[in-house]
Amino acid sequence: MLAAIEVVKRYAGPAGQVTALAGASLTIEAGELVIVRGPSGSGKTTLLLACGGLLAPDAGRVLVDGQDLYRMTPNERAAFRARTIGVIFQQYHLVPYLTVRENIMAAALAVPDARAGDRARELAARFGLGDREGHVPAALSTGERQRAALARAFLNRPRILLADEPTGNLDAGNAETVLSALGEFARGGGAVLLVTHDPRAAPYGARTVAMEAGSIGTPA
Amino acid sequence: MRILGLVLREIRFRRLSFALGVLSVAVAVGCLAAELAHLGRYGAARQAQIDAKIDATEAAMRRLEDDYRVITKRMGFNVQIFPRGQSLAELHAAGHGTVFMPEERAETLARSRAVSVQHILPVLQQKTAWPERERTVILIGTRAEIPRGEGAAKQPVLDPVPAGAAVLGWCLHRDFGIARGDRIAFRGREFTVAACHEERGTADDISLWVNLAEAQEMLGLPGKISAILALSCQCEGAAIEGIRAEIAAILPDTQVIEYAFQAEARREARTRAARARSDAVGGEESFAEESRRTWEEFAAALVPVVAAACFVWIGVLALLNVRERRSEIGILRALGLHARDILAIFLARAGLVGAAGALLGYAGGIAALRAASPDGVPFFSAGIFAAAMLGAPALAMVVSWLPALMAARQDPAAVLREE
Repeated sequence: MLAAIEVVKRYAGPAGQVTALAGASLTIEAGELVIVRGPSGSGKTTLLLACGGLLAPDAGRVLVDGQDLYRMTPNERAAFRARTIGVIFQQYHLVPYLTVRENIMAAALAVPDARAGDRARELAARFGLGDREGHVPAALSTGERQRAALARAFLNRPRILLADEPTGNLDAGNAETVLSALGEFARGGGAVLLVTHDPRAAPYGARTVAMEAGSIGTPA
Repeated sequence: MRILGLVLREIRFRRLSFALGVLSVAVAVGCLAAELAHLGRYGAARQAQIDAKIDATEAAMRRLEDDYRVITKRMGFNVQIFPRGQSLAELHAAGHGTVFMPEERAETLARSRAVSVQHILPVLQQKTAWPERERTVILIGTRAEIPRGEGAAKQPVLDPVPAGAAVLGWCLHRDFGIARGDRIAFRGREFTVAACHEERGTADDISLWVNLAEAQEMLGLPGKISAILALSCQCEGAAIEGIRAEIAAILPDTQVIEYAFQAEARREARTRAARARSDAVGGEESFAEESRRTWEEFAAALVPVVAAACFVWIGVLALLNVRERRSEIGILRALGLHARDILAIFLARAGLVGAAGALLGYAGGIAALRAASPDGVPFFSAGIFAAAMLGAPALAMVVSWLPALMAARQDPAAVLREE
């Protein structure tokens, strides 16, 4: 379903060019949750952003259902991403002036859907935010914020979920909720790329790959 | 939730930033609206003063012109109409007409539509003896001026001499010691002296005026006159050629002579009065124009400076807003919003800042002016209000365009990776 093929990405740094991805390749099939581990600076987040159509690689290809993301125009890619890919970040990236429900519905800005409101309510209830729907992020706990971000990622019924350290700031209970949701998504036929150091994620992953210096290594 | 909903929620969240933007636009619009309204009112008031002054000047000049007209009218008739057969050589040698025409000629002229002459007076004039005093005099028979049309009666140039009365020239009453009210005998008739003229230095000094009918009887010329005296207005187009042509059409058996001195004096006086009026009014109008231009130049210099300062500030606020919302822009792009959506978010916000500022500023500017001018005269101008409501949002969007473009072009990956 998702294939990163020989992806290369370099950044211009103060000390010259830095290679974040050095020909990384990774394939995730439908129903599979793949955990990517690796030290800081190994290129995990860069790989995730490249797979999400958010960061064009210098070389290599990213295919979703056989379609090369970076052969699309920026607008086509944005629309495709909105319909197909959900993203979750360690810092939640909730819009500070929107309530929980509105933040969940923000995903529908790019994919207008008359039933988005109902779905947002369902997702809020599913992730234990039913009584927090009218609160803004500043009034939420870290766990609630991440659950709101998770609900937002689910709103458009994506087929791929990309999660970057989603449990990094969470307690055991909230981490369990997030990881369970990702696992359930995969079991439902979705593909999940989970970048994490969290050992609590291991039971949910079909496989784990290690990243080192921009390359995918042998399974840890 | 749509883009506009997102914009409105952001405005509610960052009230201070929005309020600062609105305030900035309000200051600009308020200053401009107040300035323009004030200028408009000042201009109108100034124009009213100038109009009043022009009216007063015109009235004064009209009075002056009228005075000139009256003064020159007192100089006497300036046109004489004689029978065509009257030899001018004989006329000047004798000092009076020697050929006569029916008195009805004067009536015919008065009833006509002639416009070049007024104050029509038939006269019979003859040099004759005053046997009772052994003196030769010029006998002048006159009647009342013949009224023309149905207009208001004009003050006559020459007062009529009633029947049984006589008016004496200076030499006559001086030489014979005659005074007003005395009874005199003239060619066997008794007359009461109605007036004694002052010295004029002309043939009038040896003239004796009586009623026309009595003169006709005494001279044996019943129903006859020697001339018709008239006053030409000496207006534009009333040159002697025009007068002659007009009178020839009405009285073809006559000829017209103009008293050059009186006519020229009257013409010159009226021309100068008209010119003085034109100059005075023109001077006021030039002053009004100059005054208006000065104010417009002042406004033209002030308005762009105020507008530029305020809208640069709007641009700065928009830039700060973009920087503050980097993370939000990143996640909205990650959620699939296009760059154009991001552009729309920031431009819509700028438009709302402009519209709210324009509304507030216009209302504030007008209220401030109203408070400062308790005369109750309205300051509201639909044109200026519409211009503010359209112009301020448009300008706010223009100055926010660059920051909005920066936001739209922001690399979402860069933001998300940094976080």
